[in-house]
Amino acid sequence: MEEFIYFFSFKDPNIVLVVAGISLLSISAAMVGTFTFLDKKALVGDAISHAVLPGVCMAFMFAGNKNPYWIVLGAFTTGAISTYCISYISTTTKLKEDTVIAAVLSIFFGVGILLLTQLQQTGNAALSGLDHFLFGNAIAIVWEDLIVYGFIASFVIIILLVFYKEFKLIIFNAHFAESVGMPVRILRFVFNSLLVLAVVTGIQAIGVVLMAALLITPAAAARFWTNKLHVMLLLAVTFALFSGVAGAYISYVIPKMPTGPWVVMVISFLAFISFFFAKKKGMVSRWYSQRKYQKKIHMDHILKTLFLHWEKKQQGMTQGELINQFQGKASTTRQYINHLINKDHLSATEHYITLTPSGFTEAKRIVRLHRLWEVYLSKYLNLAPDHVHDMAEKMEHLLTPDLEAQLEASLDYPATDPHQSTIPRDHDV
Amino acid sequence: MTFDHNAFLIIITGALIAISCGLLGTFLILRRMAMIGDAISHAVLPGIVLAFLFSQQREGIAVIIGAGVLGIIATLIIDYLSTKIKLQHDASIGVTFTWLFAIGIILITLFAGQIDLDQDCVLYGEIAYIPIDLWILPNGTIMGPRVLYVALINVILVIFFIMYLFKELKITSFDAEFASSIGISTGIINLSLMGMVSYTTVSSFEAVGAILVLALLVVPPATAYLLTSNLKRMILYTLIIGVFTSLIGYYVAYYINGSIAGAMAGVSGIFLLFAIIYSNFAKRIIIFSKA
Repeated sequence: MEEFIYFFSFKDPNIVLVVAGISLLSISAAMVGTFTFLDKKALVGDAISHAVLPGVCMAFMFAGNKNPYWIVLGAFTTGAISTYCISYISTTTKLKEDTVIAAVLSIFFGVGILLLTQLQQTGNAALSGLDHFLFGNAIAIVWEDLIVYGFIASFVIIILLVFYKEFKLIIFNAHFAESVGMPVRILRFVFNSLLVLAVVTGIQAIGVVLMAALLITPAAAARFWTNKLHVMLLLAVTFALFSGVAGAYISYVIPKMPTGPWVVMVISFLAFISFFFAKKKGMVSRWYSQRKYQKKIHMDHILKTLFLHWEKKQQGMTQGELINQFQGKASTTRQYINHLINKDHLSATEHYITLTPSGFTEAKRIVRLHRLWEVYLSKYLNLAPDHVHDMAEKMEHLLTPDLEAQLEASLDYPATDPHQSTIPRDHDV
Repeated sequence: MTFDHNAFLIIITGALIAISCGLLGTFLILRRMAMIGDAISHAVLPGIVLAFLFSQQREGIAVIIGAGVLGIIATLIIDYLSTKIKLQHDASIGVTFTWLFAIGIILITLFAGQIDLDQDCVLYGEIAYIPIDLWILPNGTIMGPRVLYVALINVILVIFFIMYLFKELKITSFDAEFASSIGISTGIINLSLMGMVSYTTVSSFEAVGAILVLALLVVPPATAYLLTSNLKRMILYTLIIGVFTSLIGYYVAYYINGSIAGAMAGVSGIFLLFAIIYSNFAKRIIIFSKA
């Protein structure tokens, strides 16, 4: 707890440095990642993050130390080449894009590993930090790193905000953007450069192997809460920021821990929470509304069955008869019958289950919708009477009172359906 | 250059791994599942570490089972995320494997003292140490490099797998609807292919590491794919490229003094580059000169 207070009171200037650095890079990665996610190019980010490794090693060979300027330049160069390779190969050859991404990723990373191991063999003393570029070490951020990486991250954020509208249009409707005279190719080039830069900012703190997660996962999590781009960006940034700082804190408390994996753990946790519990789009709420809908359908069917029985025989059904209508669903049927009794749609006497006045109105409505839809299908779509029943079975649960009124009007209040059954209305007895 | 026994062993092992990866990779790229291969090669890591912790040995069957299980779990999670949770497919892959790989790295760091595995080994393996890691029988007979046997068993099983399910793999790769209409379950074929990919990944893991397996899975088949449109020829080319990748990769690494696995990935990239040049330019020139 003491460490926690110490860390988050920001008394230690080094901690301020680390938190500032990781916050800036998380924000820029999450923003760029949101666009690539929506552009369905999430895995290109993965390829780029692996592909910066050879550049980092070459910069190290050239400069002889971990000079951030050279590292950034090297990383940017190979990262950009890899993006170019992916788009060149997948547009000019018959290879599929995912194959190309996987191939480019592994080849560049392999070359990076070759150079890295070569450097390790030479036993350069200043090299001890080079391994950190693999899995990240936020705690090792120094003032010079912050200036370089922080500057790049801010640059990425600013450019994204300046060209927000343009990028949005390209992602959602590239053809339209082209037709209104936008320089789509140039904008794509700018965006790809920003993507590479966003990856480059993460190599020190998160590491090349897992940087992809900071691009993909915040956007994936945010997508489940909203359909609006600016809200999604804001959420993705919040998620990334939280996990970035949490990861930095963990590697502060446990010095041997690389930062990257912990950032990924936290952001993945947030993502899984979103996948399952997000309002509306989350698994649980979708499952719940689906169940609610199925329940409604089943109850509609119970009411309808009773109504049809009444139409024929003018009396109720026994509970056993009613349950027998729904083969294999006896227990749910029994449960819903009780539910309908509680809602005062049904009443159970000694022998029979009958519709109450309110249940009768409701059942009549369902049967009416069913039959009206049958009339509509046969009249306007010229379907044969024996083909209309199944479709009407679905629509009877969906038609709203508005649509019902329109149907009635456009069909001129028909008296019977195509099977010559009367269409029941509220004013008749 | 004189005959170097150790070099020979390393090249043979590399070639065997390249063959099993190439055979499976052919079907992966035909099914547009190259990135699933990437995901699996990352995702087996926690399985390996956990199995390692429980069984306390590196060469045990437990490690292979652990990795195989994790590989299949990863496939199922990706499938679940994209079909049930309705997350777009590429993001499902990205989220799943980065998460599992992060777990693996954290486990390795946490139990660094207890297991003989480190981050370097995970990334690029230790194929150079194959000749000194010997399989010794209880009575003291030296049978030869242990990893060579592991790779050999893997190759044999992969070849059996491909031969036994060749028709099913082929049909499900090219026409999934037709396959299901004649009663071949694409889902089961997929899962068994993923199981084999996981097993191959882990069996090659010690030699070439988790990420560079991907190069061998994807790049030689992609190269062959550019050179032919006949499946059997594609497999043949893949095998030839795989063997040469191992051979040349070893010598490149030897002269640069770096990781052999990394060099193999680089060499496979050069083959791919030639194939791209061939398919984009040479073909056009040939057609042009004929016309």
